[in-house]
Amino acid sequence: MKISVRLLLAVIVMAVGLVVLLGFFIDLPVLSVLRSVFLRWAVILAAVAMLVGLFNLAAVHWRKMGSRQPGSFYSAVLLISMVVTLVIGLFFGPTSTWSLWIFNYIQVPVESSLMAVLAVVLAYASVRLLNRRINLFSIVFLATALLILVGTATIPGLEAPGLTELRAWITQVPAAGGARGILLGVALGTIATGLRVLIGTDRPYGG
Amino acid sequence: MNLPSFLSPAGLLGLAFILVFFGLMIFFAASGRKQPGRALRTISAFARLGRAVGLAVEAGRRLHVSLGSGSLNGLESGSALVGLTILQRIARAASISDRPPVATSGDTLVALLSQETLHNTYSAIGASGQYDPLAGQVSGLTPFSYAAGTLPVIYDQQVSATVLAGHFGSEVGLIADAGERSGSLVLAGSDNLPAQAVLYATAEEPLIGEELYASGAYLHAGPMHIASLRAQDVLRWVLVGVILAGAALKLLGFL
Repeated sequence: MKISVRLLLAVIVMAVGLVVLLGFFIDLPVLSVLRSVFLRWAVILAAVAMLVGLFNLAAVHWRKMGSRQPGSFYSAVLLISMVVTLVIGLFFGPTSTWSLWIFNYIQVPVESSLMAVLAVVLAYASVRLLNRRINLFSIVFLATALLILVGTATIPGLEAPGLTELRAWITQVPAAGGARGILLGVALGTIATGLRVLIGTDRPYGG
Repeated sequence: MNLPSFLSPAGLLGLAFILVFFGLMIFFAASGRKQPGRALRTISAFARLGRAVGLAVEAGRRLHVSLGSGSLNGLESGSALVGLTILQRIARAASISDRPPVATSGDTLVALLSQETLHNTYSAIGASGQYDPLAGQVSGLTPFSYAAGTLPVIYDQQVSATVLAGHFGSEVGLIADAGERSGSLVLAGSDNLPAQAVLYATAEEPLIGEELYASGAYLHAGPMHIASLRAQDVLRWVLVGVILAGAALKLLGFL
C-alpha cells in the first residue's frame, strides 16, 4: 500500500511537471488552462504551508523555552511577538495603523540594523580572507572590491584620474562576462535538477 | 518551413534544448552503468564534508543544513532542491549519531520538504526513531529574519559543520560568519551572484558557480546525478561554441 502511495505521488509530480513544462513552450489552450490551474493550486498550497510553517516556528521555540536551552529568553520574546502581531493582524487587518507601526518601527529598524552589522562582518571577512586563503584569486577579489568601492564612493578632492572609468570598465566587461558565465552554469544546473525531479530520480516529496 | 501556430521559434528552441538535455542525461546514465567509476575532478569542499560528517558522528556533534530563503515556486527552487539532496545524504551518513542533523529554511514549503526528506531517509534505513519533525524548521520568513533565526541554531546546538545550500542574498554573510566564529566548518553555495561573492569572502569552503549543482554527484546520490553533470558539461561546451560563433559572426558583420 505504501509503495502504491509513493508511486501515485511520483506519477502526480511527473504528470503535473510535464504539463507545466510543455505549457511553457507550446501555446495550446488546453495546456495553458491546465498550467494556470496547477499554478493556482501551488499558490493555495504555499499559503497552507505558510500556516504550517508558522506552527513549526512556534513549536521549535516552545520546545526551546520548555527545555530551558541557551537563548530560551529570546524564544519567549519571539513567541510573545508572534502572538501580539497575529492578534493585531487578525483584529485590525494587515494594513491597519497598528500593523504598519509594528512593521515600520520594529521590523524595518531591526532588519536595517542587521544590514549594518553585515557591512562590518563583510569588512572583517575580507581581511580574514587574506589569512585563511591567500592566493591569486583572493588578492584579485579583494583588489577588485576595493577598486569598485573607491570608484563608487569617491572622496571629494581625492578623485584619482581614470578611476571612475576603470570602475565602469571592470563592472561592464570582466565582471559582467564572469557573471554571465556563472549564470549559464547555474541555469544548466537548475535545468538538470528540474529534469531529475521530473523523471522521478530526485523525490524530496517522499515518492 | 512554417511552424504550427501553437509553436513559436523560441518555444521550439527551448523544447529542443530540454529534449537534448534529457537525451544526454539518459545516454550518460546508460553508459555510466557500463563503465562505472569514472573520476570527477576534486572539489575540496566535498572531501572535507565527508570527513566532517564522520567527525561529527564521533564527537556527538550536530550537522546543520541551511536551505536558504528561496521559495519552491520560483527559479530559485533548483538550489533548494539541491540542498534537500545534500540533507538526505548527510542524514543518511550521520544516522548513527546521537544528534541527528538539523535543517533550517526561510520558506515554509522547503521546510516541509526538509521534514519529509528526513522522515523518508530515516524510514529507508530503518531508523524511524531518529526522526524529529522539528529538525526541519522554519527560521524566519524574510531573508534577514531567516539569517537572525539561523544564528542561534549554529551557536547553541553544538554544530560542527554547516552546509549552506540554497537561495540566499548578502545576508548569508551573517550565517557564514556565525559558523566561522563557532568553529564549525562552513561549506556554502548559492544560485545568487551577490551571495556567491559574499560566500567567497566569508565561507571556509565556498562552492563557486555551478559547483553547488554537482553536490549530488559528489555525495553519491545516484547515477543520474553523475549523468546530469556530464550532460551539463557537454551543453556548456555547446553554449561556449555558440557564443564564440555569435561573436565571430558579429565581428565579421554577418549579424
